[in-house]
Amino acid sequence: MAYNLIGKNFTPVDVVAKVTGRAKYAEDFRADGMAFCKTLTSPIPHARIRHIDTSAALKIKGVLGILTADDVPSFPPPQPPILVKDETFYVGEPILAVAAESEEIAAEAIEAIKIDFEQLPHVTDPLESLFPGGPNARSNGNVAAAQINLQTVKWDAGDFAVAGDDKMPLGKPAEEWAYGDIDAGFKAAKLIIEESFVSAGYAHHSMETRSAFARWEGGKCILHGSNQSHTAAVPNIARLIGIKPEDLVLVAEFCGGGFGSKIPGYPNMAIAALMSKKINRPVMHRISRMEEYGIGSARPSFQGHVKLGFREDGKLLAADLYIVQENGPHIGGGDFRSAGNALSIVYQPDAMRWRAVPVLTNTPPVGPQRGPGENQFVPIFEPIMDKAAKELGVDRLAIRRMNAPDSSSKIGSDRGPLTSAFQKEALDKGAEMFKWEEKKKKSGQRNGTKVTGVGIGQGYHSAGSNGFDGIVRITPDGKLHVHTGVGNLGTYSHSGTARVAAEMLNYAWDNVIIERGDSRRGLPWNSNQAGSLTASTESRTMYVAAMDAKEKLLEIAAQALGGAPGDYDLGAEKVVSKADPAKSISYAQAAQKAMEVGGKFSGKEAPKDINPVTKHGLDMIAGSGLIGVAKDNLPRVGVTPGLTTTFAEVELDTETGKVTILDMLCVADCGTVLHPQGLANQIRGGNVMGIGLAMLERHVYDHKLGLPTNVLLYQSKPPTYLDVPAEVGWGAVDKADPQNPVGAKGVGEPVQGSGAAAITSAISDALGGHLFNRTPVSVDMILNFLSKRPQAHKPLQINTV
Amino acid sequence: MADDDPRPSCDDAACMDSCGAHPEHLRASRREFIKGVIASGVAVSSTGYIVLGRGTAHAQAAGSVGRLVTLNVNGRDRPVDVLPNETLIHTLRYKLGLTGTKLGCDHSECGNCTVMIDEVATYSCSTLTHGVRGRKITTIEGIEGPNGELHPVQKAMVEELAPQCGFCTSGQVVSAVALLKHNPKPTVDEARLAMSGNLCRCGAYDHYLKAVMRASREA
Repeated sequence: MAYNLIGKNFTPVDVVAKVTGRAKYAEDFRADGMAFCKTLTSPIPHARIRHIDTSAALKIKGVLGILTADDVPSFPPPQPPILVKDETFYVGEPILAVAAESEEIAAEAIEAIKIDFEQLPHVTDPLESLFPGGPNARSNGNVAAAQINLQTVKWDAGDFAVAGDDKMPLGKPAEEWAYGDIDAGFKAAKLIIEESFVSAGYAHHSMETRSAFARWEGGKCILHGSNQSHTAAVPNIARLIGIKPEDLVLVAEFCGGGFGSKIPGYPNMAIAALMSKKINRPVMHRISRMEEYGIGSARPSFQGHVKLGFREDGKLLAADLYIVQENGPHIGGGDFRSAGNALSIVYQPDAMRWRAVPVLTNTPPVGPQRGPGENQFVPIFEPIMDKAAKELGVDRLAIRRMNAPDSSSKIGSDRGPLTSAFQKEALDKGAEMFKWEEKKKKSGQRNGTKVTGVGIGQGYHSAGSNGFDGIVRITPDGKLHVHTGVGNLGTYSHSGTARVAAEMLNYAWDNVIIERGDSRRGLPWNSNQAGSLTASTESRTMYVAAMDAKEKLLEIAAQALGGAPGDYDLGAEKVVSKADPAKSISYAQAAQKAMEVGGKFSGKEAPKDINPVTKHGLDMIAGSGLIGVAKDNLPRVGVTPGLTTTFAEVELDTETGKVTILDMLCVADCGTVLHPQGLANQIRGGNVMGIGLAMLERHVYDHKLGLPTNVLLYQSKPPTYLDVPAEVGWGAVDKADPQNPVGAKGVGEPVQGSGAAAITSAISDALGGHLFNRTPVSVDMILNFLSKRPQAHKPLQINTV
Repeated sequence: MADDDPRPSCDDAACMDSCGAHPEHLRASRREFIKGVIASGVAVSSTGYIVLGRGTAHAQAAGSVGRLVTLNVNGRDRPVDVLPNETLIHTLRYKLGLTGTKLGCDHSECGNCTVMIDEVATYSCSTLTHGVRGRKITTIEGIEGPNGELHPVQKAMVEELAPQCGFCTSGQVVSAVALLKHNPKPTVDEARLAMSGNLCRCGAYDHYLKAVMRASREA
């Protein structure tokens, strides 16, 4: 379909503010009488708090107040606390907060506070906790996750003895599902491959730490926070503060990176808010880079085992996957579940079993990070696919193509449908653009000390939801105000989806104003800016709001000019009579008329089915123009998958172990392309993060002391300019998803997974098919392998150097 | 903002946002803020913020005395009271109100805080303010032309849609401007090396590099 705006590049509203430094992040705000707040955090990994003595601190001049667990809402474990009360679970966990006239005084006060800790056994390795008699990360249990109650799980010593050091023990899972007959699948298989693996967790390290600034006015809390979502986060942040959602004004126009760590608000946000309430002053709570390591979230490690059965031609007949997740000390993430879904959709096994246990550890809280679960799994899995192809004598691209999903494919244990999948097309397009057939001939070629490897990776994440609301408003000056509750994670999808509303209303983009980033701007209930959701989900809400506005425009035209609404159509920012094009009413006039008529036309009457958040936003703008407002009731059946494939060529120096990426290209199946430049940036940035996952980043802990040893950026090694290729190629299948009004699907997450997987596949290829079964594949691992030395870690150890 | 707009006007005392959404209010607020900063900046040494935000207060214990100095920032002489251990980013952000320079790590690791000292890209988190008296300091706020026109680097970054979250962007812009001052026609590899002190967690390196090369071509 030919569009005026959709599929074309544009300059998003917020980009000039970013390049001029005018963009204001939470810590850039100030207020008269502002006080400062600092937290006292746990210095030990697991301890009981026997007694806290704040008397000396309170005597320090300039100290304004102390906030402890008793002053803040508490939530049943394993939900993360705002401040811990009796027991602390990781190094860096906030115990109390001090407010003072200055940060110096707050810091001095913290040094004057005495805490009597009773050190408890700690654990940084899930398998150690599952071993009979092993330590528990919490005094009341070692296994928990969302929908898994806090409990104690110990496996049999026999499970460990059978497995030995090299294989993952397969004890009792906390959760499992299966479909098909895996035993029959393995029996029929020509080739069976079994591998144990580790995917290392690592910190999100968003460039903007999660500083927050809060104050109260007229009973409302005004909170400047770093949050990747907007309206979707408001109810949760209000819950953390203990107020009603309508009493929270969230100001979050910019978010300096989240990657999943700032989705629905987070406990730390409540500290500034509650301290401000307690001392009746505006409160700034700056978070340092070191503090961010503790509270800024991390991707969980996996220890896993996979058994695969292939038919002679490469078809995957049966898969058996087991994941032990290092889940941090609190509720953690659902990565273990997503990994199972990823295997079931990307490689379409005829039969599959999935088992998992999320184990608590005294390491920083984990949570979703870009492609949570999927992106840990595919970089492990793709080199295994290469091994299967090699052993069966099947082409590496062909084996992936054969097992790739199409629109009739299914996902997960319930074999649910997909809205559309064009992964075979993505593989074909990628192979063509990358010149795979030529490049694969370079596999294993030596050039002095260097050897070439080529690889293919694939990625998946569900990429669309429905049921949220949209608001658009035409004001008497003729402008279209698109109200969006979408956050600003840097994807520009707040604008990309707003263009759907403009498109449907025949608007010139220059006449569109995007209202966002501040609860006072009349924002509708929209999805989290997470889960690759925005493009698909919010193009739907924009569409329904625009259609509602269109209906009202036609009705207003009929009222003003006579006849029935059906006699009119939308022209260039005017409503035009179909019979007599000279007869028209401009959008500006229609807006004026809508304000006079009132009722539903000006938003004074609201649809019954919209979310209370939308109604609250609507009430702020009702009466100020012609308002389109609607809930997305469009049908959607099945999972909307975002799928990608990345091809990579690397050169591995056998003397130094250094891997140089010579070429990298990623193709996305993300439905209709809304914004090519924005898509290019997501694809490239995601692949760069994938390089970090594949080769560089991991948590390292002193196992005995439970202390983190790579807290800062230099030691954590996020990719720099010099670690990545100067250019990452990109492409899109650009086939519309039939269940979205403009055909859009999301794609922000799978791009990282496919990028990481292409690198691990290429490294394995350069080493003749060697499987490390571990990410990141570090230089020392490569050198140890090449010089036939044992690795520095046991096969299933995590948090190691 | 239209007069007939019923939304609560932004009378938020803390909102100095210059995004352009409500310029009238912002101009007023910015003026008041700068007035306030100047007034308090010569009166007291402390801004309330810890220098090098890493916990211990000993380095800044009571008794540390600031000294009134003049800094040349973005072509203007700015009188400001500076502590002996004060870092430049602290002075810029918390005393001169120049919040465009971002504090990403405070440990010379990320480059979010990059400014130019005499046209050399420098981490302001690891530069003592007293050490740059008499030098020309340029922050992101001083990169635009005299009439607010975008610098070719900024223009190229808009055209290439270089930023994602935007938090590292100020530093990327300043590093690129410094590079092109010294090497107006860099190769891609030279540009990569010159920019390599600026981390971008979104991984937008490709787009930033394209913008640097475009600015070099079009400047």
